[in-house]
Amino acid sequence: MLKEKKHQIFIFVIFALAVLSVPFFLQGNYLLNVLVFVGINTMLAVGLNLLLGYAGQISLGHAAFFGMGAYISGIVTSRYPVEPFLIIFLAAVCVGLIAFVIGFPILKLKGHYLAMATLGFGIIMYIIFNETVDWTGGPSGLSGIPSLKIGPVVFDNDQSNYYLVWVFTLVVMMLSINLSNSRIGRALRAIHDSEVAARVMGVNARFLKVQIFTVSAVISAVAGSLYAHVMTFIAPASFGFNFSVELLTMIVIGGLGSVYGSFLGAVILTMLPEFLRVFQDLDIVIYGLMLILMTMYMPGGLISGIEMAAEFFSSRLRKGKGE
Amino acid sequence: MLRLSNITQIFGGLNALEDVSFSVKEGSITGIIGPNGAGKTTLFNIVTGLYTQTGGDVFLGGENISFLETEELAGRGLVRTFQNVELFRKMTVLENVMVGLHTKSSSGIFSCVFKLPRQTREEKAIREKSMVWLKYTGIAELAEMTAGNLPFGKGRLLEISRALAAEPKIILMDEPAAGLNSRETAELALLIRKIRQSGVTVVLVEHDMDLVMDVCDAIVVLNLGKKLAEGTPREIQENPAVISAYLGEG
Amino acid sequence: MDNFQQLFQYVLTGLSNGAIYALIGFGFAVIYNSTGIINFAQGEFVMLGGMLTVFLLTVLHVSLVPAIALAIVVSTLVGILFERFAIRPLKDAQPLSLIIITIGASIFIRGVAMLVWGKDTHALPAFSSHDPLSIAGATILPQHLWILGVTILIIAASRLFFNHSIIGKAMRACSYNPRAAGLVGINVKSMVLLSFSLSAAIGSLAGIIIAPLTMTSFDVGVMLGLKGFCAVIIGGMSSGMGTVLGGLLLGLLEALGAGFISASYKDAIAFIILLLILFIRPEGLFRKKETERF
Repeated sequence: MLKEKKHQIFIFVIFALAVLSVPFFLQGNYLLNVLVFVGINTMLAVGLNLLLGYAGQISLGHAAFFGMGAYISGIVTSRYPVEPFLIIFLAAVCVGLIAFVIGFPILKLKGHYLAMATLGFGIIMYIIFNETVDWTGGPSGLSGIPSLKIGPVVFDNDQSNYYLVWVFTLVVMMLSINLSNSRIGRALRAIHDSEVAARVMGVNARFLKVQIFTVSAVISAVAGSLYAHVMTFIAPASFGFNFSVELLTMIVIGGLGSVYGSFLGAVILTMLPEFLRVFQDLDIVIYGLMLILMTMYMPGGLISGIEMAAEFFSSRLRKGKGE
Repeated sequence: MLRLSNITQIFGGLNALEDVSFSVKEGSITGIIGPNGAGKTTLFNIVTGLYTQTGGDVFLGGENISFLETEELAGRGLVRTFQNVELFRKMTVLENVMVGLHTKSSSGIFSCVFKLPRQTREEKAIREKSMVWLKYTGIAELAEMTAGNLPFGKGRLLEISRALAAEPKIILMDEPAAGLNSRETAELALLIRKIRQSGVTVVLVEHDMDLVMDVCDAIVVLNLGKKLAEGTPREIQENPAVISAYLGEG
Repeated sequence: MDNFQQLFQYVLTGLSNGAIYALIGFGFAVIYNSTGIINFAQGEFVMLGGMLTVFLLTVLHVSLVPAIALAIVVSTLVGILFERFAIRPLKDAQPLSLIIITIGASIFIRGVAMLVWGKDTHALPAFSSHDPLSIAGATILPQHLWILGVTILIIAASRLFFNHSIIGKAMRACSYNPRAAGLVGINVKSMVLLSFSLSAAIGSLAGIIIAPLTMTSFDVGVMLGLKGFCAVIIGGMSSGMGTVLGGLLLGLLEALGAGFISASYKDAIAFIILLLILFIRPEGLFRKKETERF
């Protein structure tokens, strides 16, 4: 984490500009479509990272919140002529409330028990998505979800969807960076490092964990709503245990506790399967292997490797100037 | 300031503490000593809410804090340091102390995420105050170091800085001299006196007799879970029951 | 009479499923009690048992009994490799890291299974006959009897092992206090390895005996593993009767729920129970006194 405040703002601005200028170079290119999903996955990964990377609480059921956002938006907007943006907001509030209520009992659990409980929750939601056929359309999915509109602009092609998704994602990334450098961000990291010491210093660990769980769930739900409107069709298969694992792998590979790490992980895990057929067939094997190897040998994720390299080169440069 | 009344702690058939009562005077430096296994750290854990005692009560400044959660104590002026030095190892030295200021600041999730002006101002104040506390224990130059890389003695000082940042009325130190060499212990004694001078009550659990006899105004002796004696250092040194409990110990 | 017959049918199915959950849960308990780790990959051993047996039978044309034996041996080997390469190097790591690693391992094993055997479901032939028996008007397949029989055998054997054999007692010592156990000459590392081997063997056996009834495929491990975990949580992480009761209770509730409330939500029942137990009584329902864990 590059410490200098000014550096951080500078880096983010460069990143944002780079992201927003991509469509100019990729007009009509299939890559643009993939990058829309990189955006969605980045948002999801950043959300999960808040919970896992900062507060150190594992969740294997985050796909459930993603699905809840998607289905609430999808079901309501495909049946009733309501303003979809309003529904995105309402879905977020709804999922937030549910996460808040579930959060209290679930986050009393630690370690493996928390992992199993979140896994169980995820599977229960997955079963609900599959079985409430009258609402969700069951395993064959829900179609007819309208695209989003602002005035005359309809978000129904890769170009406009790219901007739609990435504006949201950039905002989430920025807010995340704000959080990490703040009193609450420190309190979360303190909980991760030594929950006992954090509590002794007055950090209300229980409540804070529930709060960050809720924030993380809300981010996932918003990502889900956007996903529903971009795809105009959703099915339960996208919201199961496998996707929860994929999200976990993204942030472990990219970097726990790092916003750019989340982006990196999302890029790798969204793009590689698209461009390497081999990767597609081997995906679970590779995820499993990566989880093990990264945790053993590079627990800070790829981003920590990149940061170390950057530190190395910049100190080289400074030494050179000094002489 | 701090009063323990009939504290009893039973762990599945083992009487860790039995009917322990004593008071700590405001502004004093009180030492709790006793052979290993006497129940000293258990006592600290009960006072700081990490264990709930089987019987008895703890009063802080007149308020019964027996059943409060640990996180509710720092705001009431009670903090502690740990025998094993519980630092936030992955955060910097400065950030560790900044967490100490948690109860002295109030920005919530919303203001932090949206970087409201009040939060930015508070953040600046937190940073400045934290540096002051690092200077207080003499480790200001290590501010940007990762806490996990600190040498042990400096780590102890960091933990104390962090605890003091909460501006407590009373600080409980669990074996602060453990693992320190004689120079560091002498500096610790000075620091403890400095802390008391600023009006903070200090309670120590310690094994280092020299430090205890040197620095404490009052001493409580525990043995096998019971209070054996209480008094000034001189009284304790001359107490035959204490001497025999320690026979064989240093 | 009809309602009673139905009830009896559900009870029988529930008990036999419950026996499987108990066996799987037993595997969790053995590892937890000797290392403090929850082996996320436990369900994959169950999967390996069934899939390996099918593979040996249908592709290599080995006959049933050797196939079963070989499958158990190979699964145990996988368990040993897992312990050596993924667990042992990280004994002192943060709990979060261990969790991620066991998750990674379980995914890896499942992924390899999918590559080697594809995504199809397979059936294992029943051990004895296919003909159902009739007890009190309810149908019971001989395979149900196999399941109950094998489970009782395993539990009895483990009782004997842990309470009356030197190695078993050594394993228990390790779970109470590894350092003390090391000091009296017990090789803690071997005990850990042994616990993983036992878990893998029992897990794979569980997978084999249920495969004739429920089909097996590369991803049965997740559900069965979770349900086994649920059983052992209900039982309070005990390596004995507690988990057996936990499994049976789970199986019963699941079968009754599926029969009388809704069949499509059958799997959800187990997980709702899991969440309820974790929320309300995480130490389990059948936890023995502190001093007796096995």
